[in-house]
Amino acid sequence: MKKDFSQNLGFLGLFLCMVVTLLALGAIIYFIAVRGIGVLNWNFLTQVPRSAMTAGGIAPVIVGTLYITFGAIIVALPLGLASAVYLCEYSPKSVVVNIIRISINNLAGVPSVVFGLFGLAVFVKFFGFGVSIFSGSLTLGILALPMIISSAQEALIAVPQSIREASLSLGATKWETIKKIVLPTALPGILTGVILSIGRVAGETAPILFTAAAFYTRGYPKSIFSEVMALPYHIYALMTEGAHPDKQRAIAYGCSLVLLFLVLFISGFAIFLRQRQRSLHG
Amino acid sequence: MDNAIKMQAKNVDFFYGKNHALKNVNLDVYANKVTAMIGPSGCGKSTFIRLFNRMNELVLHTSFSGKIFLDDLEINSPLVDAVDIRRRVGMVFQKPNPFPKSIFENISYGLEVNGEKDKQFIEERVIESIKKAALWEEVKDRLKESALKLSGGQQQRLCIARCLAVKPEVILFDEPCASLDPISTGKIEELILELKKDYTIVIVTHNMQQAARVSDSTAFFLLGELIEFGKTQDIFTKPRDSKTEAYITGRFG
Amino acid sequence: MKRLRFKEKLYKWIFTILAFASLFFLVGIVLVLIKEGLPIFQKVSFTKFVFGRFWYPTYNPAEFGILPLILASVWVTLGAVFVCVPLGIGSALYLNELAGPWQKAILKPIIELLASIPSVVFGFFGMVVLTPFLQKIFHLPTGLTALNASIILGVMATPMVCSLAEDALNYVPNTFREASFAVGATRWQTLTQVVIPAAGSGISTAIILGMSRAIGETMTVLMVAGGAAVIPHTFLEPVRPMTAAIAAEMGEAPMGGSHYHALFAIALILFVITFLFNIIAEIISRRFRIKLGLSG
Repeated sequence: MKKDFSQNLGFLGLFLCMVVTLLALGAIIYFIAVRGIGVLNWNFLTQVPRSAMTAGGIAPVIVGTLYITFGAIIVALPLGLASAVYLCEYSPKSVVVNIIRISINNLAGVPSVVFGLFGLAVFVKFFGFGVSIFSGSLTLGILALPMIISSAQEALIAVPQSIREASLSLGATKWETIKKIVLPTALPGILTGVILSIGRVAGETAPILFTAAAFYTRGYPKSIFSEVMALPYHIYALMTEGAHPDKQRAIAYGCSLVLLFLVLFISGFAIFLRQRQRSLHG
Repeated sequence: MDNAIKMQAKNVDFFYGKNHALKNVNLDVYANKVTAMIGPSGCGKSTFIRLFNRMNELVLHTSFSGKIFLDDLEINSPLVDAVDIRRRVGMVFQKPNPFPKSIFENISYGLEVNGEKDKQFIEERVIESIKKAALWEEVKDRLKESALKLSGGQQQRLCIARCLAVKPEVILFDEPCASLDPISTGKIEELILELKKDYTIVIVTHNMQQAARVSDSTAFFLLGELIEFGKTQDIFTKPRDSKTEAYITGRFG
Repeated sequence: MKRLRFKEKLYKWIFTILAFASLFFLVGIVLVLIKEGLPIFQKVSFTKFVFGRFWYPTYNPAEFGILPLILASVWVTLGAVFVCVPLGIGSALYLNELAGPWQKAILKPIIELLASIPSVVFGFFGMVVLTPFLQKIFHLPTGLTALNASIILGVMATPMVCSLAEDALNYVPNTFREASFAVGATRWQTLTQVVIPAAGSGISTAIILGMSRAIGETMTVLMVAGGAAVIPHTFLEPVRPMTAAIAAEMGEAPMGGSHYHALFAIALILFVITFLFNIIAEIISRRFRIKLGLSG
């Protein structure tokens, strides 16, 4: 009897943990969705801001987010893929590999604001790229690098050793095997990882605070060396800067909903793809 | 044996880490004959066959000594490229391992990596290889479909066709029927007998009946040692070594 | 005879060099933080910097004592741990031990999806919903407090802690559970006396990484912690954690001035803290894998 009682109580506790977790996170989505939906309309999504950020739409902000995010992926993908290929295909187990692996793990744990400072000192100031899409993309690219590497590694490890052997046994060289057999086979997994990283990068704020973001620019960014408005920073700025907090708050709700939708949609898509790939490959 | 020696192993020793997997093995493989290697699992027969196309190089922490010749060429000489050896010595693996590509691409792959660009030639060679692997009737209308849709037996014949397409001189079969049903196994055995006209064949098998059916000479391995090597007929009817006799009469393994 | 295979070697070299990118950037970050951060110690000693009680970077004369910022980070992080550890690990245990396959197949991706909610959205929620709520129930002059930051950070870190802990529980071989059931233990006894100890170090790794994430998190604390750079006495006061100080002040700090260097020095200290957390997590998780007979 006593055994059963403590067991039931314990299980109830665990169940409540799960419920509270889901409720807390669900509440965030719910509040933002309910209060943000009223702000959303076609004009909000397609027009430029007007009247000192109190009216108009957020189209340049969305576009700016897309620019920075894709810029970051363009930086991170080749480096990340190459690192993963080296670690999975070329490297014998050695000290060098361990050092690289530890670096990747630690880079993944660096606080995002530290990336921002690094970008500020190196890209904005030292190389003189200024506060720009370019600097922001480079900074976010470094932040995304560990994510891309680990997902690409996972995809490469999932390629069966037997088809590498088959390729080599036909007289293919190592590079031919990687290029024609391993990478195409791992491609779906690699893409899933990239999409997941896009979702993460799109929501990052601290790294672009001093490297790319501006509260207000006139219209759309003109070149990769322009300052840019981006959704996550825009939300922060609307809440903390400007002269019309009440009107800005409504827009901030709209921005939050758009960002939340964007990120959850992208990540959800990636997670869905990955579940499907896993079930296909057993 | 009136045939020339195609491949030859001399004083071969092989280690996985500290595990002495092959102990001073000497063996001749005759041209246009089927040489079978039998023995209980873990006896070193698969390790041995993978030395013939230098596949063991892919495994970490191994060491090798001795010499293996392909015709007059010592294949482990530092002057020889493993890639060139593998183009001359093909391999069919234990589990069918088609690439996740179409049936056609699976077979054309070997030609492409060997530098063949002539589309017409590639197509003819692909068809010829599929026919030789006795797969043509089953796949002729679906060459563009994924090879992964084929049955296990069909996949293994596809892997044989893939190997034939690059026209190797020697084909190594590493337990090619281990994961197949009896009907598919029968087809592969027929195929091996057919192929020996044009190729030198080495087959590893844990199935003694299979060795008896397809091979001309048989080598019996036990715990990394080559116990006995001779004509298949002799090995199965009048083995010289008592351990060979014990194995083929089913007393262990 | 043997071809040189120049292309093969070239590609191998390219990949080798590119693989060093992570190390390169990590070292680059350290060097930049050192180069831009160390000059502050010509103005104030290291002990005065770390243990100084007053952070008045723009006064004349300026004071650069970051103890209030460090304590704020510690308070907020510990507060977050009180939220994310029970919730995250409780949820992980629920997922791993109680949820049926069907529930698991739905809940795991959802938890992972929730982990991807951007921190700025959490911060925003904290500002517009939690702040007025806390202000009301505690009758505070402002709802932007350490408590607010702790709750938001804790909820934010929960999905990550849950995922990592669930992975650790997954590594516990089923034979352990079966052996326990075989001697007549209940599910609860098996869970508390066999499974949790077996996964213990894996779970601690999850907690450490969760803390590391919380202490390095910027946007939420910047938005909801209140921003007062004074040593906190209760959870109901506004505080300014290290990350918030960097993010809030870097925009105004004149390039190359003492304030600028001081902010980089804070980042350096922050980096060292998270670096240590990660190394500890790495060591524990390696031992964990060896203990369970998985490859290190």
